[in-house]
Formats: sequence, C-alpha cells, structure tokens
Amino acid sequence: MSGWRQERAVRDARIEAGRAHASGKVVAAEHAVALLEAILRPGDRVCLEGDNQKQADCLARALSGCDPSRIHDLHMVQSGIVLPEHLDIFEQGIARRLDYSYSGPQGGRIARMLYGGQIELGAVHTYLELFARYFVDLTPNVALIAGVSADREGNLYTGPNTEDTPTVVEATAFKNGVVVAQVNEIVERVPRVDIPGDRIDFVVEADQPFYVEPLFTRDPAAMTETQILMAMMAIKGIYAEYGIRRLNHGIGFGTAAIELLLPTYAERLGLKGQIATHWALNPHPTLIPAIESGWVKQVHCFGSEVGMDRYIRERSDIFFTGVDGSLRSNRAFCQTAGLYACDLFIGSTLQIDLNGHSSTVTQNRVAGFGGAPNMGSDPHGRRHPSDTWMKAGREAQVTGDPALMRGRKLVVQIVETFGEGLAPAFVERLDALELARKIGLELAPVMVYADDVTHIVTEEGIANLLLCRTADEREQAIRGVAGYTEIGRGRDRAMVESLRQRGIVRRPEDLGIEPLDADRSLLAARSIKDLVHWSGGLYEPPAKFRNW
Amino acid sequence: MESLTFRHTTQKALPGAKAQAITGVVASGNLEVLLERALPASECTVEIETPIRGYGEVWAAVVADFVARAQPGGLRITVNDGGARPDTVSLRLLQGARLMEV
Repeated sequence: MSGWRQERAVRDARIEAGRAHASGKVVAAEHAVALLEAILRPGDRVCLEGDNQKQADCLARALSGCDPSRIHDLHMVQSGIVLPEHLDIFEQGIARRLDYSYSGPQGGRIARMLYGGQIELGAVHTYLELFARYFVDLTPNVALIAGVSADREGNLYTGPNTEDTPTVVEATAFKNGVVVAQVNEIVERVPRVDIPGDRIDFVVEADQPFYVEPLFTRDPAAMTETQILMAMMAIKGIYAEYGIRRLNHGIGFGTAAIELLLPTYAERLGLKGQIATHWALNPHPTLIPAIESGWVKQVHCFGSEVGMDRYIRERSDIFFTGVDGSLRSNRAFCQTAGLYACDLFIGSTLQIDLNGHSSTVTQNRVAGFGGAPNMGSDPHGRRHPSDTWMKAGREAQVTGDPALMRGRKLVVQIVETFGEGLAPAFVERLDALELARKIGLELAPVMVYADDVTHIVTEEGIANLLLCRTADEREQAIRGVAGYTEIGRGRDRAMVESLRQRGIVRRPEDLGIEPLDADRSLLAARSIKDLVHWSGGLYEPPAKFRNW
Repeated sequence: MESLTFRHTTQKALPGAKAQAITGVVASGNLEVLLERALPASECTVEIETPIRGYGEVWAAVVADFVARAQPGGLRITVNDGGARPDTVSLRLLQGARLMEV
C-alpha cells in the first residue's frame, strides 16, 4: 500500500464491505444495521445528521441496533443530540466521545450522562464552529444523512429542509469518508439535485419519512400583553431609531410579537420600507402577515418549517427556491449571513447577570448553543458599513483615534423579568457556572457574552448598554429594567433616574408608549387560524397547532 | 393560600364616578381585580388572596408603585390571584384604575 493514499484504500474497503448488503447503492431498511456494521470501524468519527429540525432517524435506530462488540468507541460529531437513540448509543458502548452543538429536548438526560461520566465530551460548539471543525480536525469518517428522495445513482433531493446536509457531505465525501443517505423514497428522477450522486455511497430507503420538529411555530393565541408591550418598545425604541433593515430573530414569543406588529403598530408609525426588509430567518409562520402586507423583501433560511412548504413555493420573490419550486435552505450559509450580513440579532434567554452575560443553561439541563452565539455576537471580521452599524459604533465608547472607529452589530436580549414558574430572568450568578463546575467544563456555557450585548428589553423598559461608560452604570442600567426581581428591587433609584435622563434607561412613557395600549387587538393575527387566512390557505399548520 | 392587606394614603381621589369595576380572569398565571369606590378620598386598600406564599415583599413593591403612579384615592381593591407574575399584576391594577376613571 502506498504511503500517501491509505485513507482512500480504507474507504474502498468499507465500500466493498457495504456492497454485500446493497443492490447498487440502494439498501433496504431491514439491512441498514448490517450495512452500518460493514462500513463502520471502532473509533470512527461519525456524523449522524440531526439538528434542531430534521433527523436521520431511521439511520439513528440502525446505529443503535449495531452490535457493540463489533462497533464501539465511536466519536460522534453532529449538530444535534435530539433523539433518544443519540444518547442510547453511549449507554450501549457503541459511542464514547461527543462533539455537538444543540441538545434541546435531551438537555436533562445529557446533563445526567455527562455528570455520570457516560459521555466523554469534546466540546459544546455553535453550529458554525462545529461545521468549521469538520474541515480541520473533526472530519467524519462516516456521515449518516437524511433526504426526501434519491435516484438509484444516489442523486439526492433534500427538499426544503436542506439544512446541514451540503456541509456534512462536503467534509465527508471529499476526505475519503463514506456517506449514507436515508430517503423517504427512491425515485426514477429527483425533482432537483441538492447533492450530486457521486458524493453519496449508499441510499437507504427508510421505513418511514424522516422526522422534522416544528420548532419555529409560535401560536399567536398564547401571546400576552406583556410580550406585546415589549415588542412595541423594541420597534419604536430600537428598530425605528437605528433604521434596522437587515436582521435575524430568535424563536421566542417576544420576537414573534414583533413580527405580528409590523403590519399594524409599525405601519401606523410609518416605518414600512424603513425597517425589517431583509432577513436571515427560518420561515416563521408569524412572519406571514408582514410578508403579505409587503413589508418583507427577502428571507434566507437555515431550514424550513413544518406546514410552510406550499406557502414558500408560491412566494419565490421572497424565499430562495430551487428549479422544482420548493425552498432551498442551508444552515451554514444562513448562519454566515446572520453573522456578517445582519445589523441586528434579537432573541430571548433564561438568565442575565449583572454584567449582561446570558445563558439558557439551568442547573439540570445542558441545552447546547445551536446558532444563537454566532447570531448574538459582534463579528470583529466585518468590514462593510451600514447606517445602523455605524450609529451603534458611535454610541459605543470610542477609544483612540475616532477616524479608526469600527461599527457595532446590535445584539438585543428581549426578556420578561419573570419566566416560567416565577423564575427570575435576572440573577447575581448564572446557573451555567455551577453546571460547568459540576460536570467539569473548562468553559462555562455562556450563550451571549456581556461585551456583545447592546440592549436589554423587558416589560419595564430598554437598557442601552452601548451608552454606559462605567461598570457601575452598566449594572444599574440592567437593574433598572429588571422589574420586581431581587436584582430589580436592589437598584439605586437615584442613579437609575439619572441614567433615564441620559436615555440609557428608557421607560414606555419615555418612548411615547402607553402600557395600557399593549392589547392583543394590535396583533395582525391572533390565532394560527388567522395565519392560515393571511396565507390564503397556503400555510398548512401541523396537527398540534390546529386548535379550532 | 396567603392573605395580604396593604393600606396607603393618597394625595387625591381617583377621577371619575364609576362605583365598581372588575378586570382580569381567575386563571393560572393570571388574576382577577375588583375595584370599589368605598373609602375616603385619601385612602386606598389592596387586599390580596394568593395561592403562592412568600412573595409579600414583591406584592408590597408592586402595590406601592401602582399607588404612586395611579393615585387611586377612595378605592378598595380586592385581588384574587392565580399565581400571576408581578408585571401582569401591575398591568391589571392599572387597567382596573383606568376602568374606574370612565
């Protein structure tokens, strides 16, 4: 064997072993376990595709069905720990080491397993970081991915939920790895080629369609007056003042309320065309009224959203779509767009401390990061100006020669002062620190660091942290919007009043907003059914949201 | 259950002539507020029944801010709490006062 092509030889041997269970590239679902046992080697780095949306669930079940005496000590390198099988394989001894980024629904179990030493953790990454490491030192030996359909040559149609697939395949296929795709059906001709067939080694016809989580659907019926008030303040006190056109929203109710106030409240303020025109965003159903009212020019998506496919197909002026007419999403590109091309990120969190560090970690759950730390950060590599970015840069403390000033991305936290079960959103010390100590993490899982946050919006007001000049001012600005939490009640009232005079803390009345006007009648849609009407019947909500 | 009563002195009577109003609903995370014009113009009382114990200081702060802001002289206010968050309590009290001003 020549010394410089050993990886290729190993790959050829894996493919050869796998062929015994395939007809050409096609493998029946009942032979999936045998296929994986043939192509995997102990200690392999494996990407089992799954993120916060679509899941290669058939292949996950197959991996968990492998014989641990043959397949063991795998190093899993994947976006999401979402399905029970993703953790079962660690209990079974099939996998040992883990590098990942998001673990929403498995957050409690993964914390227990980390604590119990059942998982050897590399690190919790953001999506972009993990993707980056796929090309440097975490390149998968085997990728197990999900698509809608494939032909017998392996040409793959991912459908609207393209998500991570092109990135995972790029890293694996071009570095001597083996790529196995599960598809809902084998077809004569795919509607469009999302991944060319020569990058796919085996195609497994799944026993059932892959699972997709409707993570981005917020029911307007559950939206409260408090959330509407916060949305009004964000629109008038931030979107209008900075003229924010290019943006990304988190998935909470506060930002969904902003989306629903664009065609009503923001329209009355005369802001149409001035704000919220270009988006890096999943196809949120709550954005439909703004799109239909002509507010939105363009949206690029990380993934799709259950029920939005027909609507997107009929709105190709707004969304990125393929020759087949359906959405083309791409997580890596959209994350990059959110990082470098957006002037604002606004999202919710669970805990904020007195410096402004925030975290979604609670003592017993490791939810991971997903993309929020990238969206919610000021990228120091940005080199193009915009009015919004430059205005924020001028507000921040300029040190040195003003001619060398850089702009700032706006990173806004929108939180209610008390969350579920009266848990305060403002704390002396983040639970993330205690968790890091307990499970021995070198780096505490902070979602957004204090030096990236520019504004905090609560029902009590807006704190503009860009304008704070001392640590003391910063702490009092945060206390000044922390409501009736212990942190809020511990404020220096005189100092908060002086910050208010300087516009660092702003109350609803300072913005010309009457809290009693924050009424559900302001929402462009007050139910999922209203969203269906706005869409002309094109939006098809999943069953759990059909409550009429 | 915990019962709390707060008595405040106000500088003036709440404007309007409405004798009584009710706002909110008894539901989890919400509350019902009954307001009656039943006291001298310089007084306001707020009586609270809440299922969650131990939040006396927070209630005291919410009620004090409400009285300072709305000057609800003459009102006897009864709150039937369903575990509402302080911001919701504050909003309902202000909504109630506005209803009485009609």
